[in-house]
Amino acid sequence: MSTVSSDDVRGLAQLSNIQLSDEETESFKTDIDNILGYIDMLGELDTTGVEPTYQVNDLRNVFRDDVVDAGPVAREELISLAPESLQHQVKVPKVL
Amino acid sequence: MITIAEIRERILRGETSARAEVEAALKRASDASGYHALLSTLDERALERADEIDARIKNGEDVGALAGVPFVAKDNYLVFGAPTTAAAKMLEDFVAPVQATVIECLEREGAICIGKSNLDAYAHGGSTENSAFGVTNNAYDMTKVAGGSSGGSAVVTALNVVPFALGSDTGGSIRQPASFNGVYGFKPTFGMTSRYGVVAMASSTDTMGCFAATAADAELVQSIMAGKDTKDHTTLDDYFTPQVQPPKALKIGLIKESMTDDVDPEVLARTREFADTLRALGHTVDDVELPMSKYALAIYYIVVPAEVSSNLARYDGVRYGLRADGAASLAELYGMSRDQGFMPENKRRIMIGSYVLSSGFYDAYFQQAAKARTLLIHQYEALFKSYDVLLTPTAPTPAFGIGENVDDPIKMYLADIMTVPPSLAGVPAISVPAGKSDAGLPIGVQLIAPAKQDALLFALAKQVEAA
Repeated sequence: MSTVSSDDVRGLAQLSNIQLSDEETESFKTDIDNILGYIDMLGELDTTGVEPTYQVNDLRNVFRDDVVDAGPVAREELISLAPESLQHQVKVPKVL
Repeated sequence: MITIAEIRERILRGETSARAEVEAALKRASDASGYHALLSTLDERALERADEIDARIKNGEDVGALAGVPFVAKDNYLVFGAPTTAAAKMLEDFVAPVQATVIECLEREGAICIGKSNLDAYAHGGSTENSAFGVTNNAYDMTKVAGGSSGGSAVVTALNVVPFALGSDTGGSIRQPASFNGVYGFKPTFGMTSRYGVVAMASSTDTMGCFAATAADAELVQSIMAGKDTKDHTTLDDYFTPQVQPPKALKIGLIKESMTDDVDPEVLARTREFADTLRALGHTVDDVELPMSKYALAIYYIVVPAEVSSNLARYDGVRYGLRADGAASLAELYGMSRDQGFMPENKRRIMIGSYVLSSGFYDAYFQQAAKARTLLIHQYEALFKSYDVLLTPTAPTPAFGIGENVDDPIKMYLADIMTVPPSLAGVPAISVPAGKSDAGLPIGVQLIAPAKQDALLFALAKQVEAA
C-alpha cells in the first residue's frame, strides 16, 4: 500500500501551487494515505492490452474554420476582473 | 407542487403575469431561507425580464416554451445579475462577463433565473457541506444533509420554490441530492448539453442537467438545453426527441452489485418495490452483473482529481478571483491565493490529481484508471446488448446527518458509489423518487440507458409516475 510522508505532501502542495499550513499538511497526509489505500485496488486488475479511455463520446479533432472571433467581452471588461490592474494591464508582484 | 406547464398556461391566459410569478417565487425563496439553499437572488434582473415578457405577451408575440417560468441555477453556472461563486472564497466577488450556453437556451424560451443555489465548493462533494458559505439543510429533515454537490438546487425544487432548477453532475451531483430530497434529477449523455459557462470540474464527465418535481418537466427543460454548441467541442448534434408514447415492454437489468448488504435495508426494499412496479407495467426485470462496479469509485477518484488539478490551475489570483494580500513574489501570490481561496476538499483533490499525474505514478494510477475505465465501459456495452435499461438505487442510504461524514473523505465518497459508474461511461441516468424511509426521508432509484437514449429514461419515468 502506498504511503506518503509529510515531505511528500509538501512536495504535492508545491506542485499544486498551494501554500499549506503545517497543521493542514498533517491532516492531508492522513487523508491522502487513506485515499491512496483505497484507489490502490486498481493494481489487482489485469489491463494488459486494454486501450485507455480519456474521452467517452468518440468525438475527435473537432475543427472550426480559422476565423477571428473577438468574443462578446471587451478587453477593458476582462481587465476590470483582475484584482489589480495598471494602465490597462494586469498587475502582478515582481517576478525576477 | 407547481409545474412548468401550469405556470406558463396561466400566464398566457392572462390569469397571472410573469412579474407576479417571479415575485411569488422570490417570496417563496425568502420564506425558505432557513434551509440556506440559495446563495443569492437576482431580484432586479428577474423582474426586468418578467416585465419584458409581459410586454411581449401583450403585443401578441411568441414568448417561448418556458415563458415567465422562474428557475434557479447552481452557483457554478455563469448567469448575469448575480455573482458566480462556485461556493468558494476564490470566486466570492466574481461577476461573470458571459452567460452559460444552457442559460442562454432557457432564456430564449422565456425562463427567468431568480437565484443561485448552494453547492460543495467547485462541486467537490456529496453533501453541500463543503460550501465556503454554509451548509444547506435537507428539505425533509433539517438535521440531514441536502446531498451534493447540487444540494441547493435539489432543495429549492423539493420545497416548490421553483418548478425546476439546474445542477451539474460529474459523478452523481444531480442524482444523489435528487434522491435525498424526493425529486427527479437527470444527468444527460455526456455531450448532450453544453458545458460552456459552467465552472469546470472534470472535463471528461461534467454534464449539465436539472431537477424537477415531475419527469415531464425535467424532460422539457433538457430538450431545450440539448444540442451542439460551437463553444463546447464535446457537444453532440441535438438527437433528443421526447417520446410521447409509453415505452414498449422493456428488458430491465437490476445491477446485483448495487443490492448488497452494504446498502441500507430500506433503500433495498424501495428498489425492489420499484422493480415490482416496472414488472406490473409489463416490463421484465432480471438481476444482472456489472463486476467492474467494484472498481468504479477508485477509477473515479483518480480520473476526476487529475482533471480537477488541471482545470483548477487557472485560479491563480492574477486575472480574476481572490488575490491574497501581502505576497512578496509571484510564487507566493499563487500559493497564498490558492490556500485562502480553496476549501480543504478542493485542495485534497488537486493534490491527489498532482500525485496520480506525476512521473513515477502516472502509469500505476492515471493510466491504469483510464484502462480500467475502458473495461467498465465494455461491461456496460455488453449489458446493453441484452437490456434496454439498468436499475440501481441512486444512493446506498437516505440522506445522512449533517457532520456525520465530514471527517472521513472515503466515507463521503462512498455516497456516490451508485452514480459514479454511469458518469465514467458517459451514459444518461435519472434519479426517480421511489418512496420514503420509515423516518420519512426520501429514497430514489436510478435508471440508466445507453448513450443517446436519454428519451427512453424520461418515457419510462413518466410511465411509472402515471402508474
